[in-house]
Amino acid sequence: MKKSTFQNARVWRLGADVDTDALAPGAYMKHGLEVIGWHCLEAVRADFASGVREGDVIVAGANFGIGSSREQAAGVLRHLGLAAVIAPSYSGLYFRNAFNLGLLLLTCAEAEKIEEGERLSLHWDGETPQVVRANGQHLVCAPIPGFLMDMVDAGGLLPLLKQRKQG
Amino acid sequence: MSANIFPPQTLAQKLIARAAGRSHVAVGEVVTCQVDLAMFHDSSGPRRLKPMLDELGAEIWDKNKVVLVLDHYVPAQDTDAQKIIQITRDTAKQWQLPHVIDSEGICHVVLPERGHLKPGMFCVGGDSHSPTGGAFACYMFGIGATEMLGVCVTGQIWVQVPRTLRMHWSGRLQAGVSAKDMMLHMIGRFGMNGGQYQAVEFAGSAVQALSMAERMTLSNMSAEMGAQAGLIAADATTTAHLQSIGVSPERLAEAKQWFTDEDAEFEQHRFDASSLSPQVAAPHSPANTRDVAEFADVAPSIAYIGACTGAKLEDLRAAASVLKGQRVASGVQLMVAPASAREQAQATQEGVMQILQDAGATVLPNSCGACAGYGATFQDGATVISSTARNFKGRMGPASVNVYLASPYTVAASALRGRISDAREVLA
Repeated sequence: MKKSTFQNARVWRLGADVDTDALAPGAYMKHGLEVIGWHCLEAVRADFASGVREGDVIVAGANFGIGSSREQAAGVLRHLGLAAVIAPSYSGLYFRNAFNLGLLLLTCAEAEKIEEGERLSLHWDGETPQVVRANGQHLVCAPIPGFLMDMVDAGGLLPLLKQRKQG
Repeated sequence: MSANIFPPQTLAQKLIARAAGRSHVAVGEVVTCQVDLAMFHDSSGPRRLKPMLDELGAEIWDKNKVVLVLDHYVPAQDTDAQKIIQITRDTAKQWQLPHVIDSEGICHVVLPERGHLKPGMFCVGGDSHSPTGGAFACYMFGIGATEMLGVCVTGQIWVQVPRTLRMHWSGRLQAGVSAKDMMLHMIGRFGMNGGQYQAVEFAGSAVQALSMAERMTLSNMSAEMGAQAGLIAADATTTAHLQSIGVSPERLAEAKQWFTDEDAEFEQHRFDASSLSPQVAAPHSPANTRDVAEFADVAPSIAYIGACTGAKLEDLRAAASVLKGQRVASGVQLMVAPASAREQAQATQEGVMQILQDAGATVLPNSCGACAGYGATFQDGATVISSTARNFKGRMGPASVNVYLASPYTVAASALRGRISDAREVLA
């Protein structure tokens, strides 16, 4: 089975408690992901939406994604091309939404060590992802069960359901 | 087969075991549950679900088990919101949904108001405050639209059986102190992810003494504690309330089996309700909580009583008990958005709405309003004291808006005095 991965990904460093209202501001929720994307994180990191590039990763503090059930808060990061989010912990609801939308979340107790602008790669040891820093250090993340990685690898639950229907 | 071969179970385990068709489940295992009820609203519902269902060529597994509520974009503020409402209504007709509640109140309040929730059920909602259903001894939690698609197609969802964090409240709340204060206190202590996506259960004499509306406030804000579910065992208060809204006694015959076995494994935290002061959460986090006395210097320009969390009938009564025969301080704008049309009608009949209007309140529609931040919000630089659930930066208006969260008692007392105030002084 192929596993979603990234190489030499550029880091956007955020703090703890990044909430869904910051990721997908309510005022733009009536619009699609393109418009939400222009305003993603504007309340906490004004240069993010204009500066983010395909393949970048977010490294954040604890409790990433607290707040609302709005899955646009996960969808917008895929729309903007983020390869993954790396944080010590997530809101449980955000965690489910992210995998359902094919966004890879890495639960990494040592995420705090990673700095803004660093380059990271992902290495898999079975079901256990390891974040590899430019200095060669491996940060071991929590294992991700196969049924969740199936969703990431398919691009989300909807494409997975389609594949299964056709298969 | 004797009953004692199974280990004792928490309420969460019992509810999940039933939905998974099992006699018991172990903490940590991942199980697939049959969904008894799925609720979604105008933002999370048809506008997101229909394109995905159409793409799959699939249909809703059981329309009788679906409740659609229009509450986030009503009344429509602009043509984009109008479009969302139109798609929602057209889709409801096309799908022939039997349970649609349109512009009559907020989903978490109208769902139990219409008798949809009964102890023992396993439910999902397309909204983060779905743990509100836990007040009725239902295992209910919030999910996103794509996961709701999965439920709509299969009628099933996976859960990892949670640990239980039991919040045991002894004693009794003082007059002017409420469930909202209990919840802000707990969120302040454990943090916004202190629930670790496990099950929180509220218990003890102070919880048993609460009405269903107050219990709903506890379960509702389990979301702000990061719990998956916020449960309260079914008791005589639960069954009496459900009978009063027309649920037949036969449907409630087995309600009282939904409790945590005393010898089950759970993590217990103890609190004393008698010594609890009114609590206020400062900008920009519900976990930023301290006693009301520490905010005496804050002068709100807006006092907002709204949302599923803080504008139920009992919340309106609480505000009226503080404001009766008085007017709010000059410079303070009091806004009241009753959580449902039925509750507002009852409040009108009781004279509660008149008291609030005589005090200077502007009455707003029965919808999520400023709390969701989807439509009309507060203006630049406003200082707001609010009975709602979240005060994230930028949620209820521009990033310059400062929102303090408190109980309806505290919001009313603060509106009256023009400073954040302790309602116990006004009620004394």
